[in-house]
Amino acid sequence: MADTEHTDLASPKPAVASKVPKAPPPPPGPPDPAPPADVPVPDYIQALQSALPGAVTQVSYWVGDWTVIVATPRLLDVARHLRDTAGARFDYCSDVTAVDWLARAGERFDVVYCLYSTSLRMRVRMKTRVADGDSVPSVSGLWAAANWLEREAWDMFGIRFAGHPDLRRILMPDEWQGHPQRKDYPLEGPGELMLESPQDWLELRQSFKEAETE
Amino acid sequence: MEPDVARPMFDTDELVINMGPQHPATHGVLRIVLKLDGEKVVDADVVIGYLHRGVEKLSENRDWTQIVLLTDRLDYVASAAANLAYVETVEKLLSLEVPRRARYIRTILAELQRLASHLVWLGSHAMDIGAVTVFLYCLRERELILDLFEEYCGARLTYNSMRIGGLPQDLPPNWDKKVLQFCDIQMEKLVDYETLLTHNRIWLERTRNIGVISAADAVAVGLCGPPLRGSGVPRDVRKDEPYAAYAEMEFDVPVGANGDTYDRYLVRLEEMRQSVRIIRQALGGLPEGPVMSKVPRLIKPPAGETYHANESPKGEIGFFIASDGKSTSPYRLRVRPPSFCNLQALPRLVRGHLVADVIALIGTIDIVLGEVDR
Amino acid sequence: MIDLLVIPLIKIVIVLTGVLITVMYLVLLERKVQAWVQTRLGPMRVGPHGVLQPVADVLKLFVKEDITPVRADKSVFMLAPIIVLVPALVALAVIPFGDTVSIFGKPVPLYIADLNIGLLYVVAVASIGVYGIILAGWSSNSKYPLLGGLRSSAQLISYELAVTLTFVSVVLASGSLSMVDIITAQKTNGVWFAFVQPVALFIYTVAALAETNRAPFDLPEAEQELVAGFHTEYSGMRFALFFLAEYANMIVVSAIATTLFFGGWLRPFPNVTMLWFLDYVPSWMWFVVKTFLVLYLFLWIRATLPRYRYDQLMRIGWKLLIPLAIANIIVTAAVKVALSY
Repeated sequence: MADTEHTDLASPKPAVASKVPKAPPPPPGPPDPAPPADVPVPDYIQALQSALPGAVTQVSYWVGDWTVIVATPRLLDVARHLRDTAGARFDYCSDVTAVDWLARAGERFDVVYCLYSTSLRMRVRMKTRVADGDSVPSVSGLWAAANWLEREAWDMFGIRFAGHPDLRRILMPDEWQGHPQRKDYPLEGPGELMLESPQDWLELRQSFKEAETE
Repeated sequence: MEPDVARPMFDTDELVINMGPQHPATHGVLRIVLKLDGEKVVDADVVIGYLHRGVEKLSENRDWTQIVLLTDRLDYVASAAANLAYVETVEKLLSLEVPRRARYIRTILAELQRLASHLVWLGSHAMDIGAVTVFLYCLRERELILDLFEEYCGARLTYNSMRIGGLPQDLPPNWDKKVLQFCDIQMEKLVDYETLLTHNRIWLERTRNIGVISAADAVAVGLCGPPLRGSGVPRDVRKDEPYAAYAEMEFDVPVGANGDTYDRYLVRLEEMRQSVRIIRQALGGLPEGPVMSKVPRLIKPPAGETYHANESPKGEIGFFIASDGKSTSPYRLRVRPPSFCNLQALPRLVRGHLVADVIALIGTIDIVLGEVDR
Repeated sequence: MIDLLVIPLIKIVIVLTGVLITVMYLVLLERKVQAWVQTRLGPMRVGPHGVLQPVADVLKLFVKEDITPVRADKSVFMLAPIIVLVPALVALAVIPFGDTVSIFGKPVPLYIADLNIGLLYVVAVASIGVYGIILAGWSSNSKYPLLGGLRSSAQLISYELAVTLTFVSVVLASGSLSMVDIITAQKTNGVWFAFVQPVALFIYTVAALAETNRAPFDLPEAEQELVAGFHTEYSGMRFALFFLAEYANMIVVSAIATTLFFGGWLRPFPNVTMLWFLDYVPSWMWFVVKTFLVLYLFLWIRATLPRYRYDQLMRIGWKLLIPLAIANIIVTAAVKVALSY
């Protein structure tokens, strides 16, 4: 699957089987480092922590980005707070995406929300951890931008968003099985994981074609 | 897992028309299912994914340097913009400082790219509304830009023009003079396009008050780039979070008043003028020095995640990259595609308009399916 | 006997051949003119500078497979293109191409027939063409051609009203419905009706563009639009007939414009004796040049202007042109009455 053999770009050498380095072990999760001592936590994060105690499980800082890690049941409260509070005003949802930490026990996925405030010109990331099969409350009621973004996260990772008005596949065909961007999904495609015979596949596709409009 | 069955949108009473994946005016493989009441559009369901190539999953199996080639093929009309956004995100992860000369040249390339993309947009938008000649005029100028790029990096469309830490090569001799000549030509020809369209009564009737979206709605639905600015929101990543050499450039960000198609048209035209202004400034103040900083041969950013955005011609293009510190590929690479987020607003824009306006509205959002589907 | 049968037949053959060849080359001319406006060259390969392109196009259309949709009404399907083409050609019967020439000592007028209701004849015949469009759309037995056909015909009917009203004002100015008399009237007055009836000329030009489905009124047949045109299901020679009909219509409409507004075959300044040398140019040549210039205007407009939306198109026809034409008639009549005192 993953090709970890590397040729030196300056002087390409033919690949020799014995010299293939072993792939590094998959990481157990994102580092999410705490902010260093000389970087003060921004006011809006502190306001968030005091307004909603227990909602924010961790605050992280890396290369200038602030991330708040939130417990999934409190996600909507935190999101609403970030959107509506005077010092935060994160009215623009840039991105909603997910990361699959396969080697992490318990909660496999990280759902990442990249937020931006058009009036205050600042960014923040909100992350929540969710296990395979569990669902995350949908923020599409707060930011309409999240609609398609959450659909893509569902399509690619299989994370259900509770309360989403229209959760169906967006990039893959409607009848696709499996969630392609999971780490245990093969890069080359499902092959035999699909329907038993090409005939079944054709019949399934035909039935969908007939159901479609002209 | 069983396939999803949600069919939330349509009854079967009104006429349902399919603008199939193949259609002369959808700028790529886009499918729109329109629900019509006579000629008025009641609802629209946008179906995408026909060009999904799995760029994000592919990136997990490619070198950090090889991924630049994948980013070329996202917005294939404006490759350099995606290239730049990606390399800057990796540089942010590496906390790498790019030489000043490289930043200036990157700015010039990005602005030339903006001009090229807007020329394609203007040509195809005008052609969809019927003014076929503008298309040919715009492509004539775009040819000059493509010639400049070809001289710089050898390719006309998918440039692979940026590297992590700088640029692959310095400028060819006399390239800057050619760019300045081109800028003069472009400013003249912009007057031609304006003469044909801006005060043309038919153009005004086809674009005024079509697809109006308010500023609050635009921000809520996640519009970015010229559609957002056309609605009156003064958001431009080049000004709000400057990257490359934009902090040192003087330029204006045009903002529309009504949020209709005509305003978006004016915003993009003015952006083209500002791009020429930036290019001239950057060429005038081009510093000497290296174009590549010292980067290890095998790039391995330390473990961590970041999100970094640029202002591509279509809007805010962002990369969310998670690195695990040990392998030679990213653990997760996410492209935040501006066209995807803008296309989300299409049903909202189209509701209540006539069928003939759907074409104009697809054009005004300016999508590239490579970016929408990745 | 000769006067009654042979000479008109010869004239008909000449006119039809001439117009059909002109139609073929008009197609080429349109491609060339559009190309030159768009800083490109147009057809260049077939023959020197693409001059044989129409021949290639005709050959191609001849050998194309003739597909008739299975559920289409076959007889109507085959008849519809003919119903569109023939009226356009028949309207040419009353158009005067030139002054009377003498051939072998006999004076031969350069028109096929001089009806004293010539203009009315033209209007009547042109209206029949609309049937062909509706029938084409309907007989295709498919949703989109039907809607496209209905739209196209609605557009044509609306603008026909405007055209007819401009004809009325020209008739008021000339005092006769006969095409030959209209030209004579322009000669007597010494001034083209373009200057006497400028509003009528404007309305006629706009309405003529809409009548022939030309830009900026070509939405019913533009490829970028959703609802396809009435000729979607047609292919091969039948499609060629529609194509021919459109360009033949253009020629007829331009010929009428020339006759009504630009003096027909009259030379510029027909009564100024100092310009006698202009008489060396034969009258039919003047006619051809003027018609060509009107056609060029049509091509030029297509290359320049964007397209109107359908509802805007209908609004212009009904809410702008028809009231304007009526007002023009009233003003013309009032002026005529006033001048007669």
